[in-house]
Amino acid sequence: MSCRARPWRHAWLVAIACCSALLGSCTQAPDNHELTFWTIGREGEAIVKLLPAFERAHPDVHVRVQQLPLTAAHQKLLTAFAGDSTPDLSQLGNTWLPELAALHALEPLQARVGRSRVIQPRDYFASIWATNVIDGTLYGVPWYVDTRLLFYRRDLLKAAGFDAPPRTWAQWRQQLAAMSDPAHHHYGILLPTNEYEQLMSLALQQDEPLLRDGGRYGNFESAGFKRALTFYVDTFRLQQAPAITNVEAGNPWTEFGRGVYAFYLSGPWNIGEFRSRLPASQQDDWATAPLPGPDGAGIGVAGGSSLVIFRRSQHKEAAWQLIEYLSQPAVQQQFYDLLGDMPPRRSSWAGGALRDDPKARAFREQLEHVRPTPAVPEWERIANEMQLVAAEAIAGRLTIDQAAAEMDRRADTILAKRRWVLDHGGHTEEPAR
Amino acid sequence: MNPQRTAWLFLAPALVVLGVFFLLPVLAALVLSLTDYDLYALADIRNLRFVALGNYRELLQRPLFWSALGHTLYFVAVGVPLSMGASLGAAMLLNSPLARCKPFFRTALFAPVVTTVVATAVIWRYLFNTKYGMANYLLGLLDVHPVDWLGDPHWAMPTIIAFAAWKNFGYNMIIFLAGLQAIPPDLYEAARIDGASPWRQFVHITLPMLKPTMLMVGILTVSGYFQLFAEPYVMTEGGPLQSTVSVLYLMYDEGFKWWNLGSASAVAFLLFLIMFAVTVLMLKLSRRGDET
Amino acid sequence: MSPRLAKALVNGLLIGVAAVALFPLLWMLSVSFMAPGAASTLPPPLLPRHASWGNYRELFVHAGMGRYLLNSLLVAGTITVLSLACNLLAGYAFAKLRFAGRERLFQALLGALVIPAQVAMLPLFLLLKHMGLVNSYAGVVVPALATVFGIFLVRQYARGIPDELLEAARIDGAGEWRIFVQIVLPLLKPIVVTLAIFTFLAAWNDFMWPLIVLTGQEHYTLPIGLASLAREHSQDSELMMAGSVVTVLPVLLLFLSLQRYYLEGLLLGSVKG
Repeated sequence: MSCRARPWRHAWLVAIACCSALLGSCTQAPDNHELTFWTIGREGEAIVKLLPAFERAHPDVHVRVQQLPLTAAHQKLLTAFAGDSTPDLSQLGNTWLPELAALHALEPLQARVGRSRVIQPRDYFASIWATNVIDGTLYGVPWYVDTRLLFYRRDLLKAAGFDAPPRTWAQWRQQLAAMSDPAHHHYGILLPTNEYEQLMSLALQQDEPLLRDGGRYGNFESAGFKRALTFYVDTFRLQQAPAITNVEAGNPWTEFGRGVYAFYLSGPWNIGEFRSRLPASQQDDWATAPLPGPDGAGIGVAGGSSLVIFRRSQHKEAAWQLIEYLSQPAVQQQFYDLLGDMPPRRSSWAGGALRDDPKARAFREQLEHVRPTPAVPEWERIANEMQLVAAEAIAGRLTIDQAAAEMDRRADTILAKRRWVLDHGGHTEEPAR
Repeated sequence: MNPQRTAWLFLAPALVVLGVFFLLPVLAALVLSLTDYDLYALADIRNLRFVALGNYRELLQRPLFWSALGHTLYFVAVGVPLSMGASLGAAMLLNSPLARCKPFFRTALFAPVVTTVVATAVIWRYLFNTKYGMANYLLGLLDVHPVDWLGDPHWAMPTIIAFAAWKNFGYNMIIFLAGLQAIPPDLYEAARIDGASPWRQFVHITLPMLKPTMLMVGILTVSGYFQLFAEPYVMTEGGPLQSTVSVLYLMYDEGFKWWNLGSASAVAFLLFLIMFAVTVLMLKLSRRGDET
Repeated sequence: MSPRLAKALVNGLLIGVAAVALFPLLWMLSVSFMAPGAASTLPPPLLPRHASWGNYRELFVHAGMGRYLLNSLLVAGTITVLSLACNLLAGYAFAKLRFAGRERLFQALLGALVIPAQVAMLPLFLLLKHMGLVNSYAGVVVPALATVFGIFLVRQYARGIPDELLEAARIDGAGEWRIFVQIVLPLLKPIVVTLAIFTFLAAWNDFMWPLIVLTGQEHYTLPIGLASLAREHSQDSELMMAGSVVTVLPVLLLFLSLQRYYLEGLLLGSVKG
């Protein structure tokens, strides 16, 4: 009997050993010299190539990069905050910065910038730098800038008799109409119905702010926003854009190459995508242009990503060294060469491939005319809701007025807690408007 | 050693785990659902407010909750009969004395059950791709216009239901098969002598004999189907136009995407209440059926 | 209907249903060996033109699938071993040991089955946060260490152990622990195997809770890793199929080799106790 029992006893021992090893490995303190760096989207792939030089210069620091998929990044960051598992430093979309700042998740950086010989605030595009300052406190250093503008098929426009890209919405509408042939599945533009950036870019061109009363209420029923929403929804109603999501759109680059879309409203990383995905013979056929405005040169969204250090980090000094390294103009130019991400410093634009790149010129121009999104923690969610309602309007289930009212209703609900926190001297820094 | 004490020692590990990691959280969820616990409160607990039934009131006024509930009920109401019907049909085929290679077929039909939902949902996403999917290609051969399976709000849920039926029918098939095998063969023998058709045998012998099994399987399947989450998460991300957002998907979004833990807990409790009510209703109906 | 026709009909239907059940899995296997982009052509190809391991190499070298695979094995393996221990002890106690309130406690546990696990998830996250277990393997393992279903299954089976056997051992002066290890466990062997497969499969396939509690890529299990890849690489169908194969194959093989135990357990678990 006792012989038969022995294997079981072994199993118990193994199980217990397993368990203690497992729990041990989880509670173990992270390696002293290991820096956890989260990136969002494709930046992670490029950053890996820039790191060896940094690690050579700082042999005591090892950087562990984790790539978050773009669609999951916002949630991952909040989850990490909620679960006390934030990284040392991260790339952070500057529309998300107010949110994490309000949660006290980020380390203020003003003192370090003041001491830095690498990072010169005045060298940065002013409106981009401003998105990193929440209520007078600096929480991030811009890493790359991102604004949405037009990619267009120059050859197709020319064939239709247009020598220049549109400057105003009226011209744009005219060109969209000329380029659309829904019967043959040709559309003026691709506007994925599950991305809010396009509508938001149009809305930011209006004089009225997107939220009112210090970010206490939605302002979607303003005449300006309704104008933007009307233009946006009309593009679908006139069948100048297909009502599909980016999941269904699949591979927009080849479709653009095939002439399925003549315009594509997107960001700078697509310069690289189009260069690598379209054949060499087609490279002269496409170009970029600043966003058309309601009545003249339009404003774009002051987007982009910053580098931030988390408050809970145990390696703030090492993290700051990495930020300084990544902020050097030479490194930023390398970064641009790898990925096409546009540097936030004017001096980084002055040299390298960027200076003479015709496709990048429109971005340089647009970057002097950008406006930030409302700096409230709830903005990401409000923008999501805005787009969900807009999709209903595209599907014809809501009129423009109904949609705008619904957006306001949802925004006001989302902002209810913020109003309470502000009005009762709640326990958070008040983000600046 | 005192036998009582031994028993409790043997029970202790399991009871501690269930108590600390299940029972306690369930009670805490009830409390949480009465507060506005959110990101602000997570950052600083002083931003927590007691809102009594406020979360529930707000949810009941929210169109998205009702549409999520509608999608879930749609999934349950169509998916459960469909998958149970498939289970019963397959079980009867396997139970037929005419069937060959039974072990092979049993394994083949059961295989989808043990696979990972996420992986098979990914497969289905490609099979039902509008442009290159096998489904539309086959329809094309029959001259049917391609269907935008996962992109059209009207088709997305039916596609998910078909997926769920495919994935799950094998499980209940095994249970039905055991139930069928337990029916005494002389019942059929007697019916055959009386000249009853196969259909009448099915209605008057098979179904009544399987009734207890059906009820149990039905209740388990309904409660399983109410917990729809992974399928839309992987196949549609709740879209298009939020047409595949289920109650649990709403809870996940509300709780773990936007970190409104208070209202997410209220969603979870409402789901629990609804599931409970449906189960009680099913038991009541079956009892009434017995009486008549 | 002639008997031959009936036979053809039954077997033909079975073949049809089996084809529907297996086709997606076979298609997955086939596409996983296709070159990138090859599956997105018309007509949809059934077999790879040039079969290659390229997608698998890409998965393991660049996409970190190897890590996910190890994580899944570690998490599912640990859950299986430890929860087996808890459930066996408790199930046996409910079946064979006498203590005050046994039936009532067991009824209460069964009653808890009506509460969907998701109700507990939100506070559970906060609880694990305070214990520092968010984004750790333990965060997935610990809540799964005991299940009412497992206890129920063991109890059902253990009730078949003759009391005389245990009494005889007690008269011989054996302690309860020794009785459990030396007499009861060997008798419970079939249910141990069954419960082990059930637990392993459930842990391997689990999605929602790991998705919530594992925030870092380095801890992802296969389903989470696959879902995250599917969002990033939705256009690369061949790569995704290879990922699905890696996720599905281990459990499918485990099931095929031990299916007798699995199906028995399924029936045992579904009989009202």
